[in-house]
Amino acid sequence: MASKNVLLIFKSNIMYKPVIYRLARDFDLIFNILEAKILPRREGRILLELRGSEDLIEKGIKFLKQNEVLVELLSDKVWREEDKCVHCGACTGLCPTGALTITQPEMRVSFDVEKCVACGMCGLVCPFGAMKDVTLFDPFAEGRSDSK
Amino acid sequence: MGEFKINKTFAEINKKIKDGSVVVLTAEEMIGATKELGPVEAARKVDVVTTGTFGIMCSSGAFLNFGHAKPRIKANRVYLNGVEAYAGLAAVDCYLGAAQTREDDPLNKVFPGRFRYGGGHVIEDLVAGKEVKLEAFAYGTDCYPNRQHEADMALKDFPDAWLLNPRNGYQNYNCAVNLSKKTIYTYMGILRPDCTNANYSTSGQLSPLLNDPFYRTIGLGTRIFLGGGVGYVIGNGTQHNPNVKRSENGVVMGGAGTIAVKGDLKNMSPKYLRGASLAGYGCSLNVGIGVPIPILNEEMAIFTSVSDEDIHAPIVDYGFDYPEGGGSPLGYVTYAQLKTGEITFDGRKITTAPLSSYAIALEIANSLKDWITTGRFFLGEPQEILPTVSY
Repeated sequence: MASKNVLLIFKSNIMYKPVIYRLARDFDLIFNILEAKILPRREGRILLELRGSEDLIEKGIKFLKQNEVLVELLSDKVWREEDKCVHCGACTGLCPTGALTITQPEMRVSFDVEKCVACGMCGLVCPFGAMKDVTLFDPFAEGRSDSK
Repeated sequence: MGEFKINKTFAEINKKIKDGSVVVLTAEEMIGATKELGPVEAARKVDVVTTGTFGIMCSSGAFLNFGHAKPRIKANRVYLNGVEAYAGLAAVDCYLGAAQTREDDPLNKVFPGRFRYGGGHVIEDLVAGKEVKLEAFAYGTDCYPNRQHEADMALKDFPDAWLLNPRNGYQNYNCAVNLSKKTIYTYMGILRPDCTNANYSTSGQLSPLLNDPFYRTIGLGTRIFLGGGVGYVIGNGTQHNPNVKRSENGVVMGGAGTIAVKGDLKNMSPKYLRGASLAGYGCSLNVGIGVPIPILNEEMAIFTSVSDEDIHAPIVDYGFDYPEGGGSPLGYVTYAQLKTGEITFDGRKITTAPLSSYAIALEIANSLKDWITTGRFFLGEPQEILPTVSY
């Protein structure tokens, strides 16, 4: 079974339309809401973990897009600026999903973006600003996807 | 010195460096060597053990002479990229502290402040070859009439630029936890409430002063790896305290010895001098230091073979106790335990994370090893060792 973390952005024109339940009904996907924020009448953002066969995840994402949901793969949005990371490990104690861990015995910090849920803790704690775009729920972020 | 089977001098080791016969190991490699050969044979074979550390060291800064302006100025306020440098010295000398924030930094007004740019970042920018904006202000005198001077300056434009750090390389340090009910933002990182995570900050078995616990070979004049270049220990650092509780192997069980260091910024690298921003706390500088430890006798072989299992850090509460002026240990934990990413405290498993980079500390120890092995770096014999206690 594959798993993908996706950010769904519902613009005002579709934000009250029920869409997500169909991922389970029509595509047999397990979805797990990691975080969600609704700005009434403006925008809704949901961070979903999708689990299922790779093929069906892809179809599900296609279905969402057909319904005017903006879909972004978290792994495309969140990244580490490698030159800035000094492998201190300060982020590893706060990462809630184990996306940031220390490898043994090298004591280097590895970042598994597939496990990241963009909670933003690493961005706050990193003394060197190495973790990029790790918060997706910045209230001022509205429209960021449009300008891309 | 008659008590030892092996007796070497700095001069003898330097001679071996010169003729290329010197044997150098990193402090990590020395653990196995001493175990395998025994201390006497290890001391016979190994001449130098290299150490390393790369952590946040707030008590750091740069002494800068920015050169005389035309007309001349006796600056009494100096800013570099908006960060103030202390200018209460002669005309164009100033000291830029690593922890100094920008004049317009919002600090902790919106908590936790992010402290994105400060003295440490200016130092990193200078070492990286970037130009920084110098602004100097003065009240004007007969001999120094200029009242305002502005220039874009790169490191090469400063007649003198030293890294001059009054307290670096803490011999050991606290393992910080938070027993309060709210998240706290400290110089030991972010600590969740109810003792959910613990942070520590030394390179343990690689750390310079942990490999020479009684400072037998370290003092004023010790030549070191500093910020990617060569520097010197210029004496004990501030707050140096050899009288801290020690375990049976002589290793201190808490923050104890410190070193003051100096080096020419112009031979340093931004890889080993990195500006740091600690949310809710402030700006700082990550400093890379490596101290070579001569194996003068078998006792030094024993000292330098200390491993993470033998080094204890005190667990200290940063929620209530430390801020109130306390800091008494709630318990002790070894670096070997801390490095597993989890310790048991108060019957509960809690996550641990380092703040000091072991990976880069190892790189430093290896670079220093390379410098010595290839005859590019000679040991500096201290003219005065750091204040110490007897074993």
